[in-house]
Amino acid sequence: MAAGNEVSTTYYIQHHLQNLTFGHHPVNGWSLAHSAEEAVEMGFWAIHLDTMGWSIAMGLLFIWLFRKAGKAATTGVPGGLQNAVEMVVEFIENLTRSTFHGRNPHIAPLALTLFVWILFMNALKILPVDYGPVLFSKLGVDYMKIVPTTDVNATLGMALGVFGLILYYNFKVKGVGGFARELSLTPFNHWALIPFNLVLEIVSLLVKPFSLAMRLFGNMFAGEVIFILIAMLPFWAIWILDVPWAIFHILVVTLQAFIFTVLTVVYLSAAHEHH
Amino acid sequence: MNINMTLIGQTIAFAIFVWFCIKYVWPPISNALNERQKKIADGLDAASRATRDLELAQERAEQTLRESKEQASQILEQANKRSAQMIEEAREQARAEGERLMAGARSEIELEVNRAKEELRAQVSHLAIVGAERVLEASVDEKAHRELLDKLAAEL
Repeated sequence: MAAGNEVSTTYYIQHHLQNLTFGHHPVNGWSLAHSAEEAVEMGFWAIHLDTMGWSIAMGLLFIWLFRKAGKAATTGVPGGLQNAVEMVVEFIENLTRSTFHGRNPHIAPLALTLFVWILFMNALKILPVDYGPVLFSKLGVDYMKIVPTTDVNATLGMALGVFGLILYYNFKVKGVGGFARELSLTPFNHWALIPFNLVLEIVSLLVKPFSLAMRLFGNMFAGEVIFILIAMLPFWAIWILDVPWAIFHILVVTLQAFIFTVLTVVYLSAAHEHH
Repeated sequence: MNINMTLIGQTIAFAIFVWFCIKYVWPPISNALNERQKKIADGLDAASRATRDLELAQERAEQTLRESKEQASQILEQANKRSAQMIEEAREQARAEGERLMAGARSEIELEVNRAKEELRAQVSHLAIVGAERVLEASVDEKAHRELLDKLAAEL
């Protein structure tokens, strides 16, 4: 591969992995980043417009679709959309019932929202990697990464939301004292081991949101990179690898959404349990 | 961002992927959905059938109850009538029997009376004869006569 080709290849990959960033640039002020360097220079005070837009769009799609099914729901034999939605709801309900041992009516709706939302966001990955960037470059937008879950900001944001719920329910169910006791007296119920327990429990507590976020992000991002690499093959050969990889991603997309949901329910179940 | 044949290549791949999904991924999902739909329809059907059956059974039970009640009252009525009839019959029979007994007794009494009368007559005649013999044997004594006649009269 020639040096020029290599540069363009690197550029291609970087371009596809660059989010559309709006933020405070030290030189340009509040503006859209026109290059990866500019986006980096913006630091923390920047927002990925594509991640935000597509995740909100997928959330709205979920709400619209399920509300539509819910409003038209009959007690008789369910039609196409209602049938499919019922199947998903039933699946999540069974999952929650078998995994969640507390008593909380909000867990199943939360799990449903997480599952379907993440599923929709992940499913954007099935679209060819060039469609987003090409379409939006025609509209004058430099960058467009359409899969929100390949952005660690999105997954970590969701995971922090879950983390907040974990803390909330721990305090709510066990009280401050109960939670403190659990942190300091498990797994070794002896006063001398309180510091050791504290370190262990706090680490395992803090690791939860990161493991959630990183698992989803890692899988999605890696898959995206492979898609981009495959896209650099000669155009007549792309399908040979692209199609199997896409088919494999039907599984990955569903599985990752499922894992995120299950782990959330498991963490919240643990938050509801007294020791 | 330069547009090139990559886009076409990806579109080809996407088309094949979509074809694959239509051919191999969608049918099982569709089958599952249809099966679920069918199961629900069957369940609802069975439920409504059961409800109808229950209604029918209830109706039948009610009808049977009504019929048996009617029958029972009919039987009761019949029995009442029959018993009244029997009582009436028994009363009639008793009256007839009583009358018969009374008639028998009366005729017996009559017979008895007749016999007594007959006997009496026979004795009277005998006494008359005896009296006459005595009258004829003894002298006609008015005093004795009177005595005799008084005796005769007392004996009557």
